[in-house]
Amino acid sequence: MPGHELIKVEGLTKYFPVKKRIMLTRAVSYIHAVDEITFTVHEGEIFGLVGESGCGKTTTGKLLVKLYEPTRGTITLDGQNVVAIRRGKHLREFRRRVQMIFQDPYESLNPRMTIFDIVAEPLAVQGVRSLKEREERVAEILSQVGITPPETFMFRYPHELSGGQRQRVAIARAMVVGPQFVAADEPTSMLDVSIRAGVMKLLLELKDTLGVSYLYVTHDLAVARYMCDRMAVMYLGKIVELGPTEEVIQNPLHPYTRALIAAVPVPDPTYHREPVEIKGDIAAPIDPPPNCRFYPRCPLSDSACESSPHPDLREVSPGHFVACHKL
Amino acid sequence: MTTKTNTYRFEPLWRVRLRLFWRSLKKNWGLFWESRIGPIGLGIILAFVLLMAAHPILMSTVWDPKVYDPIMGFDQKLVGQHPAPPSWAHPLGTDPIGRDILSQLMWSARSEFALGVTAAVITVTIGTLIGSICAYFGGLVDIVFMRLADLMMLFPFFALLIVMQSIIPMDLIKLALIMGGLGGFGGITIVLKSQALTVKVKPYIEAAKVAGGSSFHIIRNHIIPNILPISFLYLMFNVTGAIFSEAALSFFGLLDIRMSWGIMLNTAQDAGYLGAFGYYWWLWAPPGAAITLLCFAFYLVGRGLDEIVNPRLRKR
Amino acid sequence: MSLLDVSHLTMYYRTKMGDVHAVDDVSFSVEPGEAIGLVGESGCGKTSVAMSLMKLLPDNARIVGGSILFDGVDLVPLPEEEVRKIRWKGISMVFQAAMNSLNPVYRVGDQIIEAIQQHLPLSTEQAREKVAKLYTLVGMDPELMDRYPHEYSGGMKQRAVIAMALACDPKMIIADEPTTALDVIVQDRILHRIDEIRKELNMAMMYISHDIAVIAEVSDKIGVMYAGWLVELADTVTIFKRPAHPYTIALMSAFPSIKGEKRPLVHLPGEPPDLLDPPPGCRFHPRCRYATGICQEQVPEYKEIEPGHFVACWNPQRKGVADARA
Repeated sequence: MPGHELIKVEGLTKYFPVKKRIMLTRAVSYIHAVDEITFTVHEGEIFGLVGESGCGKTTTGKLLVKLYEPTRGTITLDGQNVVAIRRGKHLREFRRRVQMIFQDPYESLNPRMTIFDIVAEPLAVQGVRSLKEREERVAEILSQVGITPPETFMFRYPHELSGGQRQRVAIARAMVVGPQFVAADEPTSMLDVSIRAGVMKLLLELKDTLGVSYLYVTHDLAVARYMCDRMAVMYLGKIVELGPTEEVIQNPLHPYTRALIAAVPVPDPTYHREPVEIKGDIAAPIDPPPNCRFYPRCPLSDSACESSPHPDLREVSPGHFVACHKL
Repeated sequence: MTTKTNTYRFEPLWRVRLRLFWRSLKKNWGLFWESRIGPIGLGIILAFVLLMAAHPILMSTVWDPKVYDPIMGFDQKLVGQHPAPPSWAHPLGTDPIGRDILSQLMWSARSEFALGVTAAVITVTIGTLIGSICAYFGGLVDIVFMRLADLMMLFPFFALLIVMQSIIPMDLIKLALIMGGLGGFGGITIVLKSQALTVKVKPYIEAAKVAGGSSFHIIRNHIIPNILPISFLYLMFNVTGAIFSEAALSFFGLLDIRMSWGIMLNTAQDAGYLGAFGYYWWLWAPPGAAITLLCFAFYLVGRGLDEIVNPRLRKR
Repeated sequence: MSLLDVSHLTMYYRTKMGDVHAVDDVSFSVEPGEAIGLVGESGCGKTSVAMSLMKLLPDNARIVGGSILFDGVDLVPLPEEEVRKIRWKGISMVFQAAMNSLNPVYRVGDQIIEAIQQHLPLSTEQAREKVAKLYTLVGMDPELMDRYPHEYSGGMKQRAVIAMALACDPKMIIADEPTTALDVIVQDRILHRIDEIRKELNMAMMYISHDIAVIAEVSDKIGVMYAGWLVELADTVTIFKRPAHPYTIALMSAFPSIKGEKRPLVHLPGEPPDLLDPPPGCRFHPRCRYATGICQEQVPEYKEIEPGHFVACWNPQRKGVADARA
């Protein structure tokens, strides 16, 4: 059962400037990659962040591991303010407790480093000086992720491993320091189908054996259903729906979530999908208007939606939140 | 669920690294050999190294230093005939002041090598460091060094050397340092920076940041090792440039060195023998050929390395 | 007569290290107006099959056996000039990540016009009209014809590439991972649109994908490929309800689904074999839970176990998928 609040995100915002020159003045527009999102990840939980490309889910993941600094908002880890951590031993401690798994198993490992070097790097940076200790911990974690026998793999190079094995190495690298929280950015989307199941199972196992909590970023709703305890659906930088995964998927309330679920192909030829009710195309999140982001495409929208500000997340049933004026 | 039941047996790390290094060396040598032009270049370089090594042996055995010393020698027997055409005693003839051409050629090989390689190493080292730093940090640092590089590329290099010659006499060491320095801050920085940029955007750099690596750590352990192959490649091409520049400068008498291939040409020029092409060919052909061949050899080695460095160029 | 009849197609890539058995003894047929899906993981040979059909193979690839009968004509022995006449007019192709192959310095409409004029004797004016019609057909505003690729979204680029494939009114289109790089809502629209076009023009289609859910929705029949072999071929419902080949069963179980009960995914251990040196006998036997002695020695025969349902296996499973997952 999920425990106390591990990661708490409030009003998290990240804008990226887009510089344009209009005449002689330099007008600056902003891409609202992530706009005032709020959610919580509990200990022992897998929290999914779901949406299409450009919705801000990957940016959110990077904000949580401090690859980006937020424009506004707070992130707390076990009650401690993460945004205020700047450098020194506090940062090093943070990096021991929070890690990340990247999407591309081919590009997230340095091709010139051996597997040992790759997995030992976090240990070396954390100050584990003893070579013997590093070797042992690397071997141990490699066994746990299924790269066995570790001694034979430790001194190979990434290009000698398959995609699935490389992703396991990436997972080992994230886990070797014993983190509490790992942000996983689409860890299986670039793997072959029959390999994905193995990696997903591994992540689930490690949750229990190592006591790690995850933020699981994915565009694939079927994967989110399989992996995540709770999930949030993002659209153009905002969270539009949040709740227990099975609840959100079987009983979607927000029109965007409904469209998204209706659009997912089902591997059953006898199943007929409902029509996807959504108009138009996704807009670029540059200087969006203050009303509901989904307004131009929503089948339920009306003039009230156009003139009101973007709706807040409201709890509609226990644990199930939606951001919509029409519900 | 898991208990630490395993004991692992590890090979000593240094032995593993040595083994891996040897393995990659063999593989790269195989690729280099296949390029065909690479080994040809290497062969030519080795031939020059042999010449270089043979000179002191010859000087202490077969050749009489009074006659064959490249700078101070003088052949009394052929007085009045200098520059004498090739003969058994002087396989490449003598120069206008009576010194043996072959001896000069062999002796100068040493300084040419030293100059070329030193200047190239300095250039590439500076270029790699500056390029990596600019790529990683961007911002003001990047702007400053890139504008500096633009300036260096436009710089009238020869003019500078002429001016410097009048202030401090320029010998080979100083020349190597100056060429190395000027080259290092110039165009090569731009090239290596763009390579470093391709590395900087890779996910493994982000992974290294998340692991906690400092900027220094990332540049040293991730960026530089990944651009080192390209640096090495440009090293080869830079040697060519250094040797050629020295030859040109010596030819114009702008350097304060006593013997080099350029000086050999300069000697011939000063004595007025360069006008007649067919006659006195032994005055300009050997040094000219040596310069061309050595430069060409390094270029070929560079091209041979290109296939190793750029895997996409390899044939299936 | 079938529109496309592939029989014992075998294609190898010649490399420094030996011959890569990319496609081995593959046979299937496609009727006019039918949609066939080829599904399998990377390296299974599905793209190689498509490239063989179009005879767009690199220099070191050779078709060493079999025949490809398109409209009665065997493409395998045909010289390049003859194949070019059939290419684009008989069969055309939407390549993988084709939307990235639009030339960024030319207007999209011009690129399609160029493709048209290479195969049909039309004037530029006539070609422009045709492109406008094609744009409407694929669901885009014809005015977009005069824009550049960078002004198109991913979905629009994919539609443009599909328009290009339709330009010469082919009888069959091969679509290699047509929607993989697209978001799910755009994917839904494009798949629908392709399906409508296909029915409207009575065109045959070959979909190639690793995504079995997409293939399930758009194909009439499905071929499952593994390590260069076609291991199973049947109509869509049969493949999903009564898969016979252990690999097909494993594939079905490896996909999480958004509908239906939540079940654990089956993990298939091991890796696909190296096609330079495939294992003896059945190429799947190292990973197969039903493997027996004969599987390690002899290549299984490609047999029809029920009408229209072909399997290459010594121990084809007769149970339904649910039992097989147990």
